[in-house]
Formats: sequence, structure tokens, C-alpha cells
Amino acid sequence: MKENILNIGLNHYLILAAILFVIAVCGIFLARKNIINIMMSIEVMLLAVNINFVAFSSYTGDLKGQIFTFFILTVAAAEAAIGLAILVCYYRNRGSIEVEDISTLKG
Amino acid sequence: MLLVIVYVGAVAVLFLFVVMMLNIKTATLKKGFQAYLPAGLIFAAVLALELGAIIIHKNNEVPKQEISSAIEEAAKGMAKDNDGGKHLKKTDTNAHKIGEVLYTDYILFFQICGLVLFVAMIGAIVLTLRQREGVRKQNISRQNSRTRADSIEVVKVEAGKGI
Repeated sequence: MKENILNIGLNHYLILAAILFVIAVCGIFLARKNIINIMMSIEVMLLAVNINFVAFSSYTGDLKGQIFTFFILTVAAAEAAIGLAILVCYYRNRGSIEVEDISTLKG
Repeated sequence: MLLVIVYVGAVAVLFLFVVMMLNIKTATLKKGFQAYLPAGLIFAAVLALELGAIIIHKNNEVPKQEISSAIEEAAKGMAKDNDGGKHLKKTDTNAHKIGEVLYTDYILFFQICGLVLFVAMIGAIVLTLRQREGVRKQNISRQNSRTRADSIEVVKVEAGKGI
């Protein structure tokens, strides 16, 4: 039994990924004011998904999961770069990045 | 592992730079914290329960049921080869295997990834680049297109008079 606990298996990785995902959801809900926090939470969500992918890839002995992780990382990096660029642009125009101020489209 | 460290470092530094550029008052950001706290906690608790239920459920069910034959064979092979890794060649590392698959079967997706990153880079630069008024900058094309005719004027000055 003791050996069973010490061995890190698929379930431990899944639990870690679930915990990370829940933390990210918490972050999105608690930091509704701050776009930067929301974006960081989205990044953490993507990382949790990546952990799942790598864990299953290692579990089944199939490399496709790890390949897919690369592509997720690429898209996540592109998303972070574009999102932050939009944020900087917006801050220059409006002088604020609070979510409630982004209501120009309401007319 | 190295990949994760490099990636997380890069994205974290990106976020830090943006936070540094946008001096925001933290007081205004914490204003609505209390209002969203219960809703967020309830939602997170529900999600955590669901995920936990799935994992526990899986814990009970899956090992009893049939595992796919490929996994069994892999496990058998692992048990057979369990000699402390002596049968492994030097090229049997994870990075090597990933490279063998990534640069052959998935080369199209790999290059599309490069394209995505390239477009993202150009987009970020276009979005954040701006021309400021009143800043003296070096204009290389103007420098190079200067000719003697439009930069030097020869004036005949009569003796005893200024220009």
C-alpha cells in the first residue's frame, strides 16, 4: 500500500490538472475587474489541459498527446501575445483596462 | 520539463512587462472582490466536485475493465525490458522520439505552428507600434536622399555687409 502511494501514476497527474483548472476558474470569477488576471487564468487552464495530455500520452505510450501539447502551447503563446498587444493598445486609447469601462459598443 | 520552464518563463515575463507598462492602481481592482467571492467559490466547488467524482469513478472502474491490448503489450514489454534501462539505446530519449515523429509525420502542423507564431508576432507589433509626434528620430531614407544641391547654398557676400 505504501508503495502504491509513493508511485506517481496517471491519477495523480489528473488530480493535479483538475486542481489547476479549478484554481483558474476561481481566478476568472474572483478577478472579474482585471483583464490581465483573466488572461493569466486562461493560461493556467491551458496548462492544466496540457498536463492532462502529457499524462495520458505517457500512460498509453503514445506520442501524439505530447505532439498535440506543442500545438496547444503555440496557440496559447500566440493568444497571449495578441491579447496583451490589444490590451496595451486599448490602454493607450482609454487610459484604463477595467472590464466595466469596455462598453463602447453599447452605444 | 525544460519546455515547460521556458514557455512559462516567457509568458510570465510577457505578462510582467505588460503589468509594468500599464501602471494600474490595485485599490480600484480589489473593489469588486467581495461581491464575486460567493458566486466564484460556489462555481469552483461544483466544478471541483464534478472533477473529483470523475476521477474517483475512474479509479474504481477502469482497472477492473479491459485495458486495451496495446497497453497490455506495452506493459509486458516494459516488464520484460526491466533491466534498469540497459537495453535502451542512446537515442531512446523522449526528446529524440518526439523529434522523430514531429519532424516527419507532423511536419505540416509544425510549420503551420510557425506561421501562427509569425502572424501573432506581426499582429502584436502592428498593434503596439506607434508614431509619436515631436520626437526627433533618424530618418535614413531622408539622410540618404540628401544631395549637395538642396543642402548647401553658396552665397556671395559683399565686403562689409552681412547676409
